[in-house]
Amino acid sequence: MSLVDVSHLVKTFTRDGGMFRSGTRVAAVDDVTFAIEAGETFGLVGESGSGKTTTGRCILRLIEPSSGDVRFRGESVLAFSSRRMREARRDMQIVFQDPYSSLNPRMRARQIVEEPLLIHKLGARAARRDRVAELFRLVGLDPAHLDRYPHQFSGGQRQRIGLARALALNPSFVILDEPVSALDVSVQAQVVNLLMDLQQQLSLTYLFIAHDLRLVQHICNRVAVMYLGKIVEMGPTAALFASPQHAYTQALLSAIPVPDPDAPRQRIVLDPASVNRDAALKEVAAGHWAAL
Amino acid sequence: MEPLLRIERLTTVFDQAGGGGRTPSSLPAVDEVSFDIQAGETLGLVGESGSGKSVTALSILRLVQPPGRIAGGRILFKGRDLIALDEPAMRAVRGAEISLIFQEPMTALNPVFRVGDQVAEALLVHGRASRREARDKAIELLAAVRIPDPAARVKDYPHQLSGGMRQRVMIAIALACRPSLVIADEPTTALDVTIQAEILDLLREMKAAFHLSLLLITHDLGVVAETADRVAVMYAGRIVETGPVREIFRQPAHPYTRGLLASMPGGAPGQRLRAIEGSVPLLGALPPGCAFGPRCPDRFEPCTTAPPPDYAAGLSQTAKCYLHDPQRAIRNPQSAIRNPDVAR
Repeated sequence: MSLVDVSHLVKTFTRDGGMFRSGTRVAAVDDVTFAIEAGETFGLVGESGSGKTTTGRCILRLIEPSSGDVRFRGESVLAFSSRRMREARRDMQIVFQDPYSSLNPRMRARQIVEEPLLIHKLGARAARRDRVAELFRLVGLDPAHLDRYPHQFSGGQRQRIGLARALALNPSFVILDEPVSALDVSVQAQVVNLLMDLQQQLSLTYLFIAHDLRLVQHICNRVAVMYLGKIVEMGPTAALFASPQHAYTQALLSAIPVPDPDAPRQRIVLDPASVNRDAALKEVAAGHWAAL
Repeated sequence: MEPLLRIERLTTVFDQAGGGGRTPSSLPAVDEVSFDIQAGETLGLVGESGSGKSVTALSILRLVQPPGRIAGGRILFKGRDLIALDEPAMRAVRGAEISLIFQEPMTALNPVFRVGDQVAEALLVHGRASRREARDKAIELLAAVRIPDPAARVKDYPHQLSGGMRQRVMIAIALACRPSLVIADEPTTALDVTIQAEILDLLREMKAAFHLSLLLITHDLGVVAETADRVAVMYAGRIVETGPVREIFRQPAHPYTRGLLASMPGGAPGQRLRAIEGSVPLLGALPPGCAFGPRCPDRFEPCTTAPPPDYAAGLSQTAKCYLHDPQRAIRNPQSAIRNPDVAR
């Protein structure tokens, strides 16, 4: 049994047609199926509008899926009552992209990290206090700064606070939605290292949503590539990067700027008309699937 | 040969009012910045947010808004000091001889005018065409930047175009008056990676077709490696290293450049990255010596005394780093230039 099982997930949004036209339905996530094994980092990559963020939010039911199923430890998350869902979210957390807008500017760092404990009524005041300090140290922050407000921290530190909040309830599964893309280049590596350390230390399972393919290649065990709401290719990271099968994956990989002036460049341009949107995923090598 | 653009000790400050117990002060967003751009050359200006690279671009065009102001230095464009020009003369330079491409094509284009009219406006403002000619020239320019069906697209409004197409319109506007220098400020940062690749290809193509020099401002070392001939690296308002792109990537001379290159993912998967410790300093709280000093793995005694001047390094690089002081290098045989293994 996988830790997270997503099957035939669909999310459609209705686009308002205006006064005289009926709205049109757009499938942001269009029949997406994948499984995440305990302990792994599963990468979900794609460009803006590919549906990767919506997929992540559907798993946590921050957005209600239109159809399909999401199972966590074998149980259907979509069948949960709102009370049961709240409980389940202790085990499934999310870290957002923008550490500037995802922290309440009027709350002190201490309150931000403590809030999940309060909501779930965990621990007495003293125990919570200790836990918050412990979390602060865990993410590499100085507990002496607990009473500061978000604006008094740098971007990297703010993302650490977001991570401490996500880890407060001891989750086993964390969705990382573009966790470093809003950070300065020179601090991205620090946060990436922290994420990798925490995963080992706390046996975390990650769903890593990103558009930075170099980073995905570095930290993910397996990757799924999304294009216009569908997974077009999925497989072990090394295999997928070494021999991309789908035309879109090939175009995407060939577009990554290489930080080496002498690197050979061969741009593969995707002809959108050549993509068969109805092709099903086929296994092209062990565990490596492509919609050809 | 005289460079097309020569920047000499440009300093742009942001004045901060006093009050609340603070004394009025000026923050140097651009601190004695000097560099040259030769005709036909692409200079990559690399830095993180807040390093002063965009303020440098705005200073060149004298578009810095109060409380910012140019506090010193010279901007020699074809031998003329732009800082000394009066506003009408400067207006004749802006958009005509030096043009600017912004990061966000959606906010840089006017949402209530058709894109064709916005391209034509650039020509009309500088008296380069009559109203009737301008329309035809706009179509030609949209065709030049490879917008399909340009005769129909001139009637579109910006929101009807994709991000990549909008950036192409921006480039068409920038090229309208045939400038000799184009400043592109993070031209692809808001775009997806496949569209970014197309726009970078287009910029390279246009550079050759229009005999342009390009000042490309970016935080992405991959973009620099693909596009630039020479590189200038900015940190905390200062240019800490310059050199030809190959030398910078093969043998970075400044510990900050070395750190940036080393911190990029690319080694064995799953390995910890070689992160630079600490975070970018605030302009109001720069250390007395080298601004990178507190984060520098190679820091030694002189680094905390005074900001280092430019030293020659490698074949033709410059680096603001005491490691390259020929006199100190003798006294510090263990320093990183002598021992490439220390170059983390």
